[in-house]
Amino acid sequence: MERRTLFEGWLLPVLLVLPQLALTGVFFLWPAAAAIRSSAMLEDPFGLGTQFVALQNFEALFADPLYVQTILRTVVFCAAVSALSMSVALGLAVFADRDIRGRVIYRTLVIWPYAVAPALAAVLWLFLLDPHIGLIGRALPRIGIAWDPRINGGQAFLMVVLASAWKQVSYNFIFFLAGLQSVPRSVTEAARLDGARGWRRFRTITFPLLAPTTFFLLIVNLVYAAFDTFGTIQALTQGGPAKATETLVVKVYRDGVVNVDLGSSAAQSVVLMAGVILLTALQFRFLGRRNTA
Amino acid sequence: MKRRTLLAAAATTTLSGALTGALPARARAEERTKIVFWHAMTAALGAEVDRLVAAFNASQTEVEVTALYKGGYADVMTATIAAFRAGQAPHLAQIFEVGTGTMLAAGKAVKQVWELAQETGVPIKPESYIPSVRGYYSLPDGRMASAPFNSSTAITWINKDAFEKAGLDPSKPPATWQDVVAAARAVKEKNAAEMPMITSWPCWIQLEQYSALHNIPFATKADGFDGLDAELAINSKPHVKHIQRLLDMSKEGTFKYAGRDNVPDPLLLAGKAAIAFNSSGMRGDLIKSAKFAWAPAYLPYDPEIIASPLNSIIGGASLWPMTAPNRTAAEYKGAALFLQFLATPENAAAWHQHTGYVPVTLAGFELSEKQGFYKANAGADLPVRQLTRGTVTENSKGLRLGRLPEIRNIIQEEIEKALQGQQTAQQAMDTAVERGNKVLRDFQRSVKS
Repeated sequence: MERRTLFEGWLLPVLLVLPQLALTGVFFLWPAAAAIRSSAMLEDPFGLGTQFVALQNFEALFADPLYVQTILRTVVFCAAVSALSMSVALGLAVFADRDIRGRVIYRTLVIWPYAVAPALAAVLWLFLLDPHIGLIGRALPRIGIAWDPRINGGQAFLMVVLASAWKQVSYNFIFFLAGLQSVPRSVTEAARLDGARGWRRFRTITFPLLAPTTFFLLIVNLVYAAFDTFGTIQALTQGGPAKATETLVVKVYRDGVVNVDLGSSAAQSVVLMAGVILLTALQFRFLGRRNTA
Repeated sequence: MKRRTLLAAAATTTLSGALTGALPARARAEERTKIVFWHAMTAALGAEVDRLVAAFNASQTEVEVTALYKGGYADVMTATIAAFRAGQAPHLAQIFEVGTGTMLAAGKAVKQVWELAQETGVPIKPESYIPSVRGYYSLPDGRMASAPFNSSTAITWINKDAFEKAGLDPSKPPATWQDVVAAARAVKEKNAAEMPMITSWPCWIQLEQYSALHNIPFATKADGFDGLDAELAINSKPHVKHIQRLLDMSKEGTFKYAGRDNVPDPLLLAGKAAIAFNSSGMRGDLIKSAKFAWAPAYLPYDPEIIASPLNSIIGGASLWPMTAPNRTAAEYKGAALFLQFLATPENAAAWHQHTGYVPVTLAGFELSEKQGFYKANAGADLPVRQLTRGTVTENSKGLRLGRLPEIRNIIQEEIEKALQGQQTAQQAMDTAVERGNKVLRDFQRSVKS
């Protein structure tokens, strides 16, 4: 039997779809169109004089070695955050998947950080890592590590990666745990009977079966690291010292909101939009095919 | 039950409507010209703004000002720009001093104060304001573009306890940079403070103020006053010498770089530094929370560059009258009356005494003196004296550069890179000039379009 609801006429379907279309239009299509329009304009902050400059904003952007550096920095940042948060989450999920006492408590606790607002997460990390008020930050010099992320770019980068990855561990944990629970017991049992030990079972059976989850999470993590970490970075380092922690979104914010350089900021937004479209297309192509096959 | 409530509500509405119509006082109140004022003042400062606004509203029956907190300085500016573009600009906006260049290029978006005074006939006299304050907000010919409101300047804050511990005389704060270096070394030697010297606002204090004090240009074209084609001049010998001094001090551990803008503020308040360069506006916070003996002092200067230093320049914000379509003459007049009200000696003095900002008018300063404020609060007049000493030159009038917040960031980035040991002081300043000039040219291009 085919389970499909048929509507009489067209009014009701249109009405049902309309709210969603309106939301997409107002919150996605309209701003996106405005960004694309602005990216082709040269404009003073107050919008008193606007001049069409075609692709000049993009040319200026990619001719700027600092922008190219920011792109590379963002790539490294996304890779580091995704790798760290996914590996930690996978480890925690594997342990939480076992039959241990109080695992519900562990699971709940691990999920908590996801509910913490980015700026608050940053402040929490400052309580640990700030060289003047942080618990760890103050202890490090005593064991001979000159810890000063205010001036040491590498350390500042490490700090924003840690804080950003920490926030995403919970999300990854939930998905990995669900993924682990859907690995058929019979397969692992069979491997066990064949004499495969823990690590080998994980490497040859569990991990490959987790591949769709891992791939999905990889995309989500990359997008998270590229976009949702703005609050964390802004609160921790404002992109400094020098430009050590300036990712693309931080730069968009600084150029658009602080510097009111609308043309360049819009051009950067369009570049970012292209990035998201690419990542989403990748995800649909690979995951979508797997699911329909 | 429900119907009865509804009926009752309807009855009340009709009744109150009738009452409003019947009460002439109430009706008149509604005819008052509404003036919207966006500001960035929080906590005690916000309360003081509200107090002034309430006093103004009570002082007459024509105009009613509504003050709205719109976030930090950058937020107010962004919000004002967005509101103007939507035709909804507030009547008055509090814009930070580094936004002045951008606001001046805003053409018909703003009604500059001189124009407002002329159109409305409300006298707002430039000469009543302190010269180094009004200079920052005036056109080259002396006409005032915006109304000075909250101004501070940079000074030195001395931790007297740390000075005593280091065997230094706290009543003789270091006057020159050579003295500062010597004092910081003594502090480090005796371990009298965790940090011998820190600075908030590295660019504002160590370059902008430094340039004014030593009468050297921060930018060409009279620091930008004479044209949009100004270029940065901070890679000159005296500038590089000073940055080199900071690098050397950082290396030997007598200067601790603690972050951009106001990030180092908590270190000053916690008494961790023996010498801290910061805004004079920290006074209120020091009174409230410092658990150590402190004293204000003049900013140090380098006698090898200038024999006696000029005035320092201001920071803080001024009030800009904004335009909007359909804005009536009465509304502009209301805005002008409010600006006039803020500049009366009583209000300027009260604002200064309650907030720690410098008095923006000379009469406000004199009144504070007459009221004995400086006798009761030793050193509270130091910022004003530093602002008013000597004769203002084109190098100590302030800066008139578009997108100055961005340029400040660039300079801070390059100084940080030098502190990391990635480049020399000369390279840092050269790169800062090159990158900063690009921003200036972009601004020039966008304004001319």
